[in-house]
Amino acid sequence: MSTIEKGQVMTANRLGDGLVVFLNRAGNWSEKIDEATLALEPQAAAALEALAAQDVKANYVTGTYLFDAERVDGRIKASHIRERIRTLGPTIRVDLGKQAEGKAGAFAAEEA
Amino acid sequence: MYRYDEFDAKFVNERTAQFRDQANRRLKGELTEDEFRPLRLMNGLYLQLHAYMLRVAIPYGTLSGAQMRQLAYIAEKWDKGYGHFTTRQNIQYNWIKLEDAADILQALADVEMHAIQTSGNCIRNVTTDHWAGAAVDELADPRPVGELIRQWSSLHPEFSYLPRKFKFAITGAPHDRAAVKVHDIGLRLHKNAAGDLGWEVLVGGGQGRTPLVAVTVREFLPQNELVAYLEAIMRVYNLYGRRDNKYKARIKILVHELGAEKFRAEVEAEYAKHPAQQTQVEEAELARIAKYFALPSFEKLSRFAPHFEDAKLSTPEFARWARNNLAAHQVDGYTIVNISLKPEGGIPGDASAEQMRVMARLAERYSHNELRVSHAQNIVLPHVRLEDAFEVWKALKEADLATANYGLAGDIIACPGLDYCSLATARSIPVAQAISRKFADLDKQQDYGPLKINISGCINACGHHHVGHIGILGLDKKGEEYYQITLGGSSSEHASIGTILGPGFAADEVPDAIETILNTYVKLRHSGEDFLSAYRRVGPKPFKEALYAAA
Repeated sequence: MSTIEKGQVMTANRLGDGLVVFLNRAGNWSEKIDEATLALEPQAAAALEALAAQDVKANYVTGTYLFDAERVDGRIKASHIRERIRTLGPTIRVDLGKQAEGKAGAFAAEEA
Repeated sequence: MYRYDEFDAKFVNERTAQFRDQANRRLKGELTEDEFRPLRLMNGLYLQLHAYMLRVAIPYGTLSGAQMRQLAYIAEKWDKGYGHFTTRQNIQYNWIKLEDAADILQALADVEMHAIQTSGNCIRNVTTDHWAGAAVDELADPRPVGELIRQWSSLHPEFSYLPRKFKFAITGAPHDRAAVKVHDIGLRLHKNAAGDLGWEVLVGGGQGRTPLVAVTVREFLPQNELVAYLEAIMRVYNLYGRRDNKYKARIKILVHELGAEKFRAEVEAEYAKHPAQQTQVEEAELARIAKYFALPSFEKLSRFAPHFEDAKLSTPEFARWARNNLAAHQVDGYTIVNISLKPEGGIPGDASAEQMRVMARLAERYSHNELRVSHAQNIVLPHVRLEDAFEVWKALKEADLATANYGLAGDIIACPGLDYCSLATARSIPVAQAISRKFADLDKQQDYGPLKINISGCINACGHHHVGHIGILGLDKKGEEYYQITLGGSSSEHASIGTILGPGFAADEVPDAIETILNTYVKLRHSGEDFLSAYRRVGPKPFKEALYAAA
């Protein structure tokens, strides 16, 4: 049985190109959700918030927030479909966005 | 052909330079997001789910071939090769970089276009009948008055910080194709017994979370009093419109809270304070504006078009398209070509750069260099010779633009929904695609007759679900998308807001539910009775019974 860890991921849009990015513990932003840090504790989430706030000030990202996610078999799954779509790209144009660029998360938005 | 004037040219170029500076300051960190957001929104630049989105204004939906080509160029150079035509007769690009935005605005300015007043609490891009200047039932082309309103309202200092956004729609024809009764202000042209033209002024319509049909505040306003009268309405709104609650800030709330009588009295009192003579629009000025919309010089043609008739006989597929997608033109020998941007299983309103170029070329060659964007997310070639219709169709077919479903079940309005929009609560496009596939059979669509299926991915109702004959609203229930169905909405001159039928459906249940509704209609309709008329005769009961009986 695989273990499931629940936590939170920090996300934002990159200022210059608007693309969706996720934060890791070292303070780097990645376009891939699987490179994000899943904060399991409130303190870890607060640390991500502090890092994110610095990068808002540094004008690297905008619109930062935490969303709920879990780690399933080593990959990060956003709890809400909205965030899953942000890790992929439009579900009706799978030729576009992260899903077309090898940067997709592992969890599809269910068929609508 | 519409062109904006020399004042606009200077202003738009200055504005583009100004925005370039603002964007650079933002990128260098000299402006914070809070400082920059209102500035970018004033230039149509939003931040959406995957990237920045640029909404480009297309006044009255009117475009030249060169402008459409430029839209194609922008799609290829700075986006991912396509654009989305919207229910506001605009186009949106979904993958814009802030770093490129000023260059794009400059590329737009080069063809007399811009993205000003496509966002913010100001008077937005005025929308009109997409058949303006061509429709057979038209009393007069509504676009000069639209342009008058645009020139009056653009950067009007008194109306730049309204309680909320403000939308005008105008029709010059008795059959309302511009949805004027569900706009903040709708204008509808009438002719009185003496043969004079005058405008009916409707106020307080709207969709969103509080859908309401507008009320008439003036039955018949002479054209030269229009600006003064609209100013009086805007003043009453600016003074009394609520600013404490975003959801109660639209003029529709004011009109319906005060009551139509009281609101009208306030407007008339305000109007009386400022004698009309002071702000009356001069005939010469109106004539100058009207010149921008001068109709092309049409040829004198026979009403009978032999090539057209032959082609219909020899090519049934063309005959079907001609039946469904052509509309009568006010000049003999001409027709209005409605290009459906709703291919079977396609994304409503999307067009590739290549398709845009095909349409631009056809407009230049066959439609006096004119195209229109309709609020139903289709493109119109307004002035095509009947004898050219077959050639146009062949070229459209090659570009996958000849779907013969105009005004039928497959001609679905859908907002971008959760696939693109950061406000959405559910996806719209996949539901539209599933319905489109389910009713792919054009014989079946023709049997169902005129039908408007409108889908919104949230309560803001960009997909006009409240006024769909069948409306679908996507919502979020504990993280799951589900869809509420309404029936009986209409945006015509007999406008109405749809009624919610009952509990919502999961996405994959929606196409079957729509089929149940349509089968119920087929069973109970009188001969020749369209869906909306049948619904209005029988009400929601038989549809509810059919939909929820099994449960």
